Amino acid sequence: MTGLETDIAHFLAGTMVLVSFLLLYQDRMFALLNAFAFHACVLALSVGWQAYLQRAPHLFITALIALLFKGVVIPVALHRIVVRLGIHRTIEAVVSIGPTMLVGMGLVGLSIVVMLPVTQAAGAFVREDLAFALSVVLLGFLMMVTRRNAVSQVIGFMSLENGLVLAATGARGMPLVVEISVGFSVLIAFFVVGIFLFRIRERFDTVDLQALEMSRGESA
Amino acid sequence: MIRNWLTQLAHAALVLGLAPLLTGVTRKIKARFLRRRGPSVVQPYRDLLKLIRKETVVAESASWLFRFIPYLIFATTWVAAALVPTFATGLAFGAAADLIVIVALLGTARFLLALAGLDVGTSFGGIGSSREMMFATLAEPAMLMVMFTLSLFAGSTELSSISAYMVGAGAVLSISLALALVALIIVSIGENARIPVDNPATHLELTMVHEAMILEYSGRHLAVIEAAAFLKLLLYLSLIACVFTPWGTASVGAGAVAYAVGFAAYLVKLGMLAFLLVLFETAIAKMRVFRVPELLGVALMLGLLGTILLFVSRVSR
Amino acid sequence: MSPLLLNQLAASGVAWLLIWAVVALVVVRGPRTSQLIYGACALICAVLAGLGACALFTPGAGANALELPVGLPLGRTLLGLDPLSAAFATIINIAGTIVSGYAVGYGTHAREPRRVVPLYPAFIAGMNLVLLAQDAFSFLIGWEFMSLASWALVVSDHHSADSRRAGLIYLVMATAGALNLLFAFGLLAGHSEGYAFSDMRRAAGSTMGAVVLLLTLVGAGSKAGLVPLHAWLPLAHPAAPSHVSALMSGIMTKVAVYGFIRIVFDLAGPPAWWWSIPVLVVAALTAFLGVLYALMEHDLKRLLAYHTVENIGIIFIGLGLALAFRASGLAAAGALALIAAIFHVFNHSLFKSLLFLGSGAVLNSTGERDMEHLGGLIHRMPVTAVAFLGGCIAISALPPFNGFVSEWLTFQAILLSPQLPQWIPRLLVPAVGATLACSAALAATCFVKAFGMTFLGRPRTSTAAEARETDRWSVGAMLIFAALCLLAGVFPGVVMDALAPVSRMLLGTELAPQLTQPWLRIVPIAPERSAYNGVLVFGMIAIAAAVTALVVRRFASHAMRRSPAWDCGFPDASPATQYTAGSFAQPIRRVFGSAVFRARERVEMPKPGDTSTAKAYIEVHDTLWEVLYAPVIRVVDATTERLNRLQFLTIRNYLTLVFTALVLLLIVVGIAR
Repeated sequence: MTGLETDIAHFLAGTMVLVSFLLLYQDRMFALLNAFAFHACVLALSVGWQAYLQRAPHLFITALIALLFKGVVIPVALHRIVVRLGIHRTIEAVVSIGPTMLVGMGLVGLSIVVMLPVTQAAGAFVREDLAFALSVVLLGFLMMVTRRNAVSQVIGFMSLENGLVLAATGARGMPLVVEISVGFSVLIAFFVVGIFLFRIRERFDTVDLQALEMSRGESA
Repeated sequence: MIRNWLTQLAHAALVLGLAPLLTGVTRKIKARFLRRRGPSVVQPYRDLLKLIRKETVVAESASWLFRFIPYLIFATTWVAAALVPTFATGLAFGAAADLIVIVALLGTARFLLALAGLDVGTSFGGIGSSREMMFATLAEPAMLMVMFTLSLFAGSTELSSISAYMVGAGAVLSISLALALVALIIVSIGENARIPVDNPATHLELTMVHEAMILEYSGRHLAVIEAAAFLKLLLYLSLIACVFTPWGTASVGAGAVAYAVGFAAYLVKLGMLAFLLVLFETAIAKMRVFRVPELLGVALMLGLLGTILLFVSRVSR
Repeated sequence: MSPLLLNQLAASGVAWLLIWAVVALVVVRGPRTSQLIYGACALICAVLAGLGACALFTPGAGANALELPVGLPLGRTLLGLDPLSAAFATIINIAGTIVSGYAVGYGTHAREPRRVVPLYPAFIAGMNLVLLAQDAFSFLIGWEFMSLASWALVVSDHHSADSRRAGLIYLVMATAGALNLLFAFGLLAGHSEGYAFSDMRRAAGSTMGAVVLLLTLVGAGSKAGLVPLHAWLPLAHPAAPSHVSALMSGIMTKVAVYGFIRIVFDLAGPPAWWWSIPVLVVAALTAFLGVLYALMEHDLKRLLAYHTVENIGIIFIGLGLALAFRASGLAAAGALALIAAIFHVFNHSLFKSLLFLGSGAVLNSTGERDMEHLGGLIHRMPVTAVAFLGGCIAISALPPFNGFVSEWLTFQAILLSPQLPQWIPRLLVPAVGATLACSAALAATCFVKAFGMTFLGRPRTSTAAEARETDRWSVGAMLIFAALCLLAGVFPGVVMDALAPVSRMLLGTELAPQLTQPWLRIVPIAPERSAYNGVLVFGMIAIAAAVTALVVRRFASHAMRRSPAWDCGFPDASPATQYTAGSFAQPIRRVFGSAVFRARERVEMPKPGDTSTAKAYIEVHDTLWEVLYAPVIRVVDATTERLNRLQFLTIRNYLTLVFTALVLLLIVVGIAR
């Protein structure tokens, strides 16, 4: 592996961390869905590049699945759901943007501090990708914790999923059967959540997990 | 030695001469995007000449500081702009061209400008000064983080060394550099009072930060301050050009041909950057004032993330 | 000059200060006698500063400490100037001289000179005694003496309830701090034969080192003003008279820094790698919170006091970095960080004293400390304004003044952090760097506000409109400080070379000599890595400004006229429409204050038809006080209430208590045997 190739892999993994931060920053529903689609595309690129580097053709299929399902199908479907439910308001976060970003930085630092010394045996290149993948997972968790809207929590869960896929491909590559089962479980989760959202919406006429507040943009 | 000095002086005069032209070109491109014809590209020179020849009107409550400050602002901005390599690196004062010094010189200019805004004792100046300093509290750390990333790459905080390293290292595709570039772009937009942070074309209280501070200036004082603003835009675009697109820059003592090539490359880079700036400005709307700290905070986070990721990948030395 | 002679002269200097304190007690009656005492103090401080400078350049300065026949039976009393003491003595006494010069003019306005003048030389004597001490007891005696003298000065205005409260809080926290230092010295002396510093150095082991570090951080840190132990500082520093505030803020805090450096770098032995982490975290928090607190203030002296907290944070960031580098064996980087920290100590003593003296001049002329009642003073007090402006630019770390140089050096030290082997400090340091940069920008905001509200704009009250320039002693002292700030910024190599013996003594290595660099630039590590040329930057700015002014003058129209300010068609002569301190800080309050201070703004509008004015309220909570201090005060109050019952017991109860204590002690002795 030449320096340029490792640099590109590194670059794509780092971009995933960056897009996770971008997901945290969004507070409008459609922009959030677009950002998630971007997240999945970067994941697909990253997995595809790993497939090329490791000469593992089955990873190409993983990349294709990620691109199709998480990059196209799920965002479009969620888009439809959002329009149907009429919840394209701003997302109210529990904690304001500044502290959320600071905690996110801390999580990235934490994953670096944890991952790098622990995986001394593996090569430097693999360890760095693992550190990035753990960061993406933690940031997905953070997103689930700091959002009140059910759809944005689903997105957080999906981005966590993406981080796990990144970790799996970076480490040694995943056999296709594992990917298929993971993909199907994601689909099932998605269906369940979708049905759930409709039920909640019918019951309570809102999917906002807090009572409706009339605040408008001023975060004080 | 003497030639080195002369090159440096020529460079200082060059940035001063080019700055209004850059602003003229930017305004022309913007007008074209908005389907207007726009003023001529040399209009800023004419504006400066017109202002110099006008009578200066000074408010009754203004002090001697009000009349001194324009020259100090211009001097610090010019010195900072003269230190950024444009067509050649390693000039005579290159040893003093420390990135931190350049940013701090711009900080001095900003400090004095904020004082000028408060001097007359009206609320317009107060608006501009307070908002400008608030933007600075986030833009300066973001700039510093960008500098850390760059100096960790190049092992030095001197711009000439950083530029030389970027040329020498070839296509170093690193996420930290990309993050640093994005952060630097956001900071440049904030510092130069471009959309989405501030609108350089209007004089309404709601949209002005920079314009509010210089509201009371007129005549030759205003000419000097406007020239300083032109220089600041040139400085930031030159900074982005010399660090992130260093190809074509001559090294010192390379001879007249290399200098000419470097100069041509510099003009091309400036033109492209101006085009991209205008494209971005036209595509986006101005942000509400209290969303700008979020944007600058994002720049700070990106810079910090870039530095931390650089520690991870051990490219630093 | 031989080291022993230097030590003797320095000790006699301290003795002379004490003698003058006693003389002042007897003699002081009015302005003339006050001037005499202050003048004498200025002379003695100048001599001590000179001695300190001599000691810095005398090799082997710390060798022969002067042994006094007086003292406690447990140990010897040793006084001497080793390089660390000498550096701090020079710094402190330079500032002391100039402040005493200021006091010659300012002190004549004191209401009750008998309460202030005798304590002033005593205060300076206490500080110098701490620096001269070469054994633990003299150190602590000097420390307590310094605290008591400054406490008495804080409560000198005993009519004001604020001063009394400030004095109480100060006394409690100073005592608590000194107790921590006592324990720290006790731990250090436990392993060694005696209480002299030389004995402690020989026996330095790192088992107790962590506890000593934490005790010193609390003890010296509370005196220096580290968050969260800073609460006394913004109450006590403004309550004292202005020249004393300058001493307390600009100098006494530095003595606390000296105490920290002495114990942690000199006596506690080789540091462990994690020692720097608490120091860095506390220092970064201090820097950030200090300046935010300062931004919320509109009392000029309280703003300056809170800002001292920020600068102490910056100094301790440098010290933390030096600890980290030293623990990893990177001696050169450690020397850089240490020099940066001590350079900032010097700079801060200069510009903070200058700013406090300026606020004293303003207070003298207008009777006001509140910026909301000032304004337009640049027209009435032009020379004070120039000196104050110099101080503001210096403290905002802007070139070509000195504040920038120490910040630049600190940033260079931060840039060396990738060499650290451990991950946590390596990741922590960039975050600390970002906090430092943010604090520097916030400091610039703070001083635009301070200078702009006080000196610029239009006068907000009639007292501000009728102010007059202060006397020439005060003005002269302030101008000397401002000139020193500029000189230290343009010739930083001089200061860096002067501090080299300190880093040689503490870390065993020093930076390359700076005065031999071409063009008088400073090169902390290597020329290709980074260099700063103060002379060049200053020269270029001056030349550029002159050239521009000349060209513009030559080609521009000379016509100028005065007219009313732009009012958008609504002429309003009232100066109340201009920005106030609260309104200037509003964006910062919105962005940072809503999280840190729970700052809220609220407007009460009158009902339609009601002709009364609308009122705007700004609510700012001191979160640290409410979370840390208020519960502690409540607990202490409740406990003392309970314990008060011990006052009212019968004789039989007391006998029972004594008997129980005796029996317990005998049991302990029995078990221990």
